Amino acid sequence: MSGKTWFQEFKASIKPSLKEMRFSMSRLKDSPLSIVGIVIIIFFAIIAVLAPVLAPTNPSWAVYQSFDPFKIPRDGYNPIPTPPNDRHLLGTTEYQYDLYYGLVWGTITAFRVGLWVTFTSLAIGLLLGVLAGYYGGVIDEILMRFTDVVIAFPGLILAMALVTALGVSLDNVMLALVLVGWPSYTRVIRGEILKTKQEVYVEAAKAAGCSDLRVMLRHILPNSIYPIIIMASLDTGSIVLAAAALSFLGLGAPPDYADWGQLIARSRLWIVADPRNLLEFWHAFVYPGLFLFTFTLGWNLLGDAARDIMDPTIRRR
Amino acid sequence: MGMRAFIIRRLLLTIPILLGAVLLVFAVTQLFDPFQRVSLYASDITKISQADIQSLIQQYGLNDPVYLQFFHWIQQLLKGNLGVSRTARQPVVEALVSRFPATAEVVLLSAPLIIFIGIWLGIQSALHRDKIIDHITRASSIVGYSLPSFWLGILLISIFSVMLNLTPPPGRVDTSVFLYTEMYNTGYVKYTGLYTIDGILNGQLWITQNALGHLVLPVTVLISIQIALIVRIMRSSMLEALNKGYIVTAKAKGLPKKEVINKHARRNALIPTVTLSGLLIAGMLNGVVITETIFGLNGVGQFAANAALNIDIAAVLGFTLFSGMIFIFANLLVDISYAFLDPRIRLE
Repeated sequence: MSGKTWFQEFKASIKPSLKEMRFSMSRLKDSPLSIVGIVIIIFFAIIAVLAPVLAPTNPSWAVYQSFDPFKIPRDGYNPIPTPPNDRHLLGTTEYQYDLYYGLVWGTITAFRVGLWVTFTSLAIGLLLGVLAGYYGGVIDEILMRFTDVVIAFPGLILAMALVTALGVSLDNVMLALVLVGWPSYTRVIRGEILKTKQEVYVEAAKAAGCSDLRVMLRHILPNSIYPIIIMASLDTGSIVLAAAALSFLGLGAPPDYADWGQLIARSRLWIVADPRNLLEFWHAFVYPGLFLFTFTLGWNLLGDAARDIMDPTIRRR
Repeated sequence: MGMRAFIIRRLLLTIPILLGAVLLVFAVTQLFDPFQRVSLYASDITKISQADIQSLIQQYGLNDPVYLQFFHWIQQLLKGNLGVSRTARQPVVEALVSRFPATAEVVLLSAPLIIFIGIWLGIQSALHRDKIIDHITRASSIVGYSLPSFWLGILLISIFSVMLNLTPPPGRVDTSVFLYTEMYNTGYVKYTGLYTIDGILNGQLWITQNALGHLVLPVTVLISIQIALIVRIMRSSMLEALNKGYIVTAKAKGLPKKEVINKHARRNALIPTVTLSGLLIAGMLNGVVITETIFGLNGVGQFAANAALNIDIAAVLGFTLFSGMIFIFANLLVDISYAFLDPRIRLE
């Protein structure tokens, strides 16, 4: 490294990555669906960031407003949902919980669930996958047999059992989804590392006297991380759906919590009871469903785009 | 290595996974306190009363060291006892067996539809790459994949059953049909417990017809949620197959296009789809929990969801173990059929 500062070295090393990134961005323009996905996610991100401005608590109609902003304020105790009006932009769901407030703050919940579960599973998967793939041996054997067992269960069902055991709450839903989710990441990253380890440039780096850590961080990881990043972006949408499904079943967020799945559960009985109900109470059912659907769609479109852009086997076709 | 050796090796590999699965479920049981765990060992709900729960804890050794408890639990398991369900007020095994036909009915009807429609759409998408058919197929499959199944289910019920009255209300069959099949003097025999099949076997087609009417919406929901996976994989593997040298050869030989697609491309493209049908099975097992709950099909999935809500731990864990076993054996079958399709696998 004589004559070069670490900064110059760093600049030189990331130059090809930047070039690749520019190429990736140019690929984005060719796929309109991925643009739609990105726009959707940005739209929801803005809602989430501006939630306190968009849906401030309104003391004039909040019969009950706790200090926790995620508790939806209610305007009375009438069980029948009210349609959209001046006081409630999108109406209220049963027992007068304000729908607009619930949807806006529910966006933060959706991001929190999706991103936290995905990042945590990814981080655990990455750490254990690297350990298993790079060192092999007994650690590898034990870890892989363990992932085999967790993967042997259908995810949502195992998560449901874990939530029953841990106690019903949104935090435990998230924890259960991580416990169910990390093994797939571990497996994929391990496989990629085993493949990359065989490459000539890794041999060369080792022969040149690089430390284990340097070989790992500079040579193996950058070349084997793409598949799980793609996997993570494809997963985020289904994680949000799974958490919403558990909330819908009554195993997740409590009844006054700003969570889309829970809001859909609240509207269910009002929709299917009578032929006129769908016309009368549609707002309580359609809005939370549309939010949940659009949010998931955004992540799935983004994940699809991420795969087309990043996967080296198909990106240059 | 021949086919037989492959199957034997694969069977042997299943044993540690089965043991691991049992161990994992046992580990989850340890998260509950002894009072709750009593129901995992009991065989009769009427025997559990507040008064003698303390003596039952003693009797089942629920304060013993963990390895002893595991030993007791395995013993019960081998006897076929998964404990008693508080919500169903009957042994878990009995509850699962009696509700399984409802689940089998909806799964057996949707799975072939998902596979055939998915493969067909995937092929059409690949053959008309970047044309309008391709765009529509891809967009609609990603939309289906993003729809919350519970929301779609309720929406379909409210539109088609409640408003338009085109499909029957939730439930497996109409009440009149249910009563008819339960009466002893009608001569109706429950061969399989599946209304659609029993209706045919009893020569009473109206029962089959009624049950099919009730299955239209749940099957639609399962298809729209699950089909994306098959379409996506079939499309990409078909595209890959179409670029292979043997396709060029086949075309150059002057074979008709239909033959090239059906015999050369499709057959090879099917292999990756078969390996991923394991994922489809997991998706179906997850899917029935929601679908059965929405459509009141009273199968094992609805039973488990209701049990989870009421912290009926024997039922939830029994169902978890049960679905894990199904999934493990389904994957075994998938691997074996994969080896049949692709001889290279056997040689590994």
